[in-house]
Amino acid sequence: MPGFDTRMLAKHGGLIALAVLLLINIAITPNFLQLQTLFVNISQVATIAIVAVGMTLVIATAGIDLSVGAVMAVAGALAPLIFLSEFAQAYPTLGLAASIIVPILVALLCGLFNGVLVAYLGVQPIIATLIFFISGRGIAQVLTNGNLQTFAHPGFSYIGTGKILGLPFQGWLVVVIAIVFWYIVNRTLFGRRILAVGGNERAAKLTGTPVRRVKTGVYVISAGLSGIAGLIVVAINSASDAARIGNLMELDAIASAVVGGTLLMGGKAPIFGAVLGAVIIQLVKYTLLANGVADEVALIAKAGIIVLAVYVQQGRKE
Amino acid sequence: MLDQNTFDLRRYIQGNGQSMGVWIALIVMIAFGAMRYDNFTGAYNISSFLNYNSMFIVIALGMCFVIMTGGIDLSVGSVVAFASVCVAYLSPYGIQVALPGGILAGMAIGGLNAFFVIAMRIPPFIATLATMLGAKGGALVISGRQTISVDWGSNFTKFGMGSVGGILPWSIIVVALLAVALWIVLEKTSIGRTVEAIGGGEDATKMMGLPVNRAKAFVYILSGGCAGLAGVILASGFGAGQPLEGVGWELSAIASVVVGGTLLTGGLGSVPATVAGALLLGLVFNILNFENGRGVISFSAYWQMVIRGLFLFVVILLQSRVSRVGAKQGA
Repeated sequence: MPGFDTRMLAKHGGLIALAVLLLINIAITPNFLQLQTLFVNISQVATIAIVAVGMTLVIATAGIDLSVGAVMAVAGALAPLIFLSEFAQAYPTLGLAASIIVPILVALLCGLFNGVLVAYLGVQPIIATLIFFISGRGIAQVLTNGNLQTFAHPGFSYIGTGKILGLPFQGWLVVVIAIVFWYIVNRTLFGRRILAVGGNERAAKLTGTPVRRVKTGVYVISAGLSGIAGLIVVAINSASDAARIGNLMELDAIASAVVGGTLLMGGKAPIFGAVLGAVIIQLVKYTLLANGVADEVALIAKAGIIVLAVYVQQGRKE
Repeated sequence: MLDQNTFDLRRYIQGNGQSMGVWIALIVMIAFGAMRYDNFTGAYNISSFLNYNSMFIVIALGMCFVIMTGGIDLSVGSVVAFASVCVAYLSPYGIQVALPGGILAGMAIGGLNAFFVIAMRIPPFIATLATMLGAKGGALVISGRQTISVDWGSNFTKFGMGSVGGILPWSIIVVALLAVALWIVLEKTSIGRTVEAIGGGEDATKMMGLPVNRAKAFVYILSGGCAGLAGVILASGFGAGQPLEGVGWELSAIASVVVGGTLLTGGLGSVPATVAGALLLGLVFNILNFENGRGVISFSAYWQMVIRGLFLFVVILLQSRVSRVGAKQGA
C-alpha cells in the first residue's frame, strides 16, 4: 500500500508526537512531573493555542495570516497605555474595562483591514497580511516610543496570572474559545460556509455563499483572538515590550494549525487539532529549553518541524 | 502578441504603463529632492545612497525572479544576516575569498528553499518562512549572538566602503553588472523564458516540455545568492557581520518588485523596473531623512517599518487596479 505510512502518520501523527514528547520528557527532563511544570506550560501554550484557533479558520478558507504577532504587539502596547493613563487612575474600573476592550477593538480593525484587502481587493493573503506583519510592530513601537512599559496592576494581571480551580485563567480561556469555535465550525451556517469557501471557492460562490463576507470574517476573528493573546502576554510579564510581544507567533500558530491537521489548501478546520498542535509546539520548545539547548538552536528545530509537518500532510492530500 | 516589426507606441504604453509610471515617479522625486535640499545631489549623498540601496536592489532582483514563477522568498532578510556573519569570518582572506564565500552561503540556503519547494512540494511561503527561521538561528549560532567585527587589515572593507571617484561605490557597480546580466538572462535565454512561462501557468509550462523544476531551482538559488551578496555588502560596508540585521528586508524587496510592475500572481516581470522600484523606495527614505534633518517633521526609527508597510499598501492598491484594468482589456 503506497503512502500508507504517511497517511497513518498524518492522521494520528499529532497524538503520537505528543506521547513521544511526554515520554522523552519524563525520561530526561529534570522535575518534569511537577505541578509547576504544568502551570508554566499551560500559561505559555495558551497564547499559541488562542492564535492558532484563529489561524486555523483563516487557513480553512485557503488563506494565511502573517500579521498575528504584530497585531498582538499592537494590542499589547495599547493596554498599558490605557490603564496607566490619567483617565484610568481617576476611574479604575472603567479604565480596566477600556484597557481590555479598546485593544481588542483595534485588533478587530486590523483584521478588517486584512479581510478587506483579501476579500474585496483580491490581494493574495500572504501579501495583504505582510503589510501588518512589518508595519504593525512599527505602529506598536511608535505608540510606545519603543519604551518598555512596566506596571503593577493586579486587576489587569489576572488575565495572565489568575487561577480558577487551581489552574491558570488563560488555560480555561483556551478551553472556552476552543469549544465556542468548534461549535461555530461544526454546527453553524457560518462554519459550513468557511469550509465551503476553502473547499471550492467557485462552487461556494455559485451556491450563493457570501464568499467575501466569510473571508473578511475569518481575518477579523483571527485578529481579535491575536489581540486577546497580546493582552495575555503583557499580563503574564507585567510588562509590555512592543519589539517582543508576539514575535514569530505567526510561525508557531501556522505550525500548530498544520500539525493539528489543517490543510494549507483550505477546506478543513480541526479546532481541537490546532490546540493539540499548540501543545506539541510548546512541549518541543520546553523540552529544548529545559535541557539547556540554546534559543537559536530551538529556532532551527522549529523550522524543521514546520517543514516536516507540511511534508507529511502533502502525503495525505494525494 | 505584438509583431516584432511594427512598433505601436500606444500599445507599448498600455503594456508598460506601470513600469513607465515608476520611472516618472523616480524622476519627479529626484527633481523634488534636488530643488528642496542643498546636499541632495552632493557626492556624499549620492554615493551613500547608492551604496546602502545596492543591498536592497540586489535582493529585489532575486525576489523578482522568484515572484515571476508565482513563488515568494521570505528568507532573504535572514540570509543577508547569515551571509554577513559568514563573510565576517572570511574577511581576513580578503574580498576575493569573502565575496564568493558570502554568495555561496546565500546560495546554499537558496538551494535548501529549492529542495523544499520542488522536491518536498512545500508551499514557497512556508518553506521560505522556515528557512527564514533556520537562517536566523544559524546566524546566531555561528556568531554566538555577537556582532562579528571584520578584519580591517585585508582589502575586505574596500569593497563596501570604497568607490570610483568618490561617487560610484564598488557595491553598486557589481550590482549593476549583475542586473544587466539578469536582464539578459530573463529576456534572451531559455531559462528566462521558462521562468516567465511558469508564472503564466505551471502545468501548461510542464506540458510544453519546458524544464520547470530546473527553472524553479534557478530562481530560489539565485535569490539566495543575491541575498548573500547583500550580506557581503553589509558586512564590508559596516565593518561587521550582523546576525540581527535584515529584519523586514523581504518586505522592501517584495514592495520594490511589485512597484516595478511584476504581478504577484507571477508571469510578467521586468528587471529594470524592479531596480527602479528599489530606487524609488530608497528615495522615499532618503527624502524623509532630509525632512528629518530640516526639523520639519520628526520620525523615529520605528516609523521606517510603518512607512515600508504603507508603501507596500499603496503599491498593492495601484496594482490591483492596474491588473483589473488589464484583465478587462484582455477579455
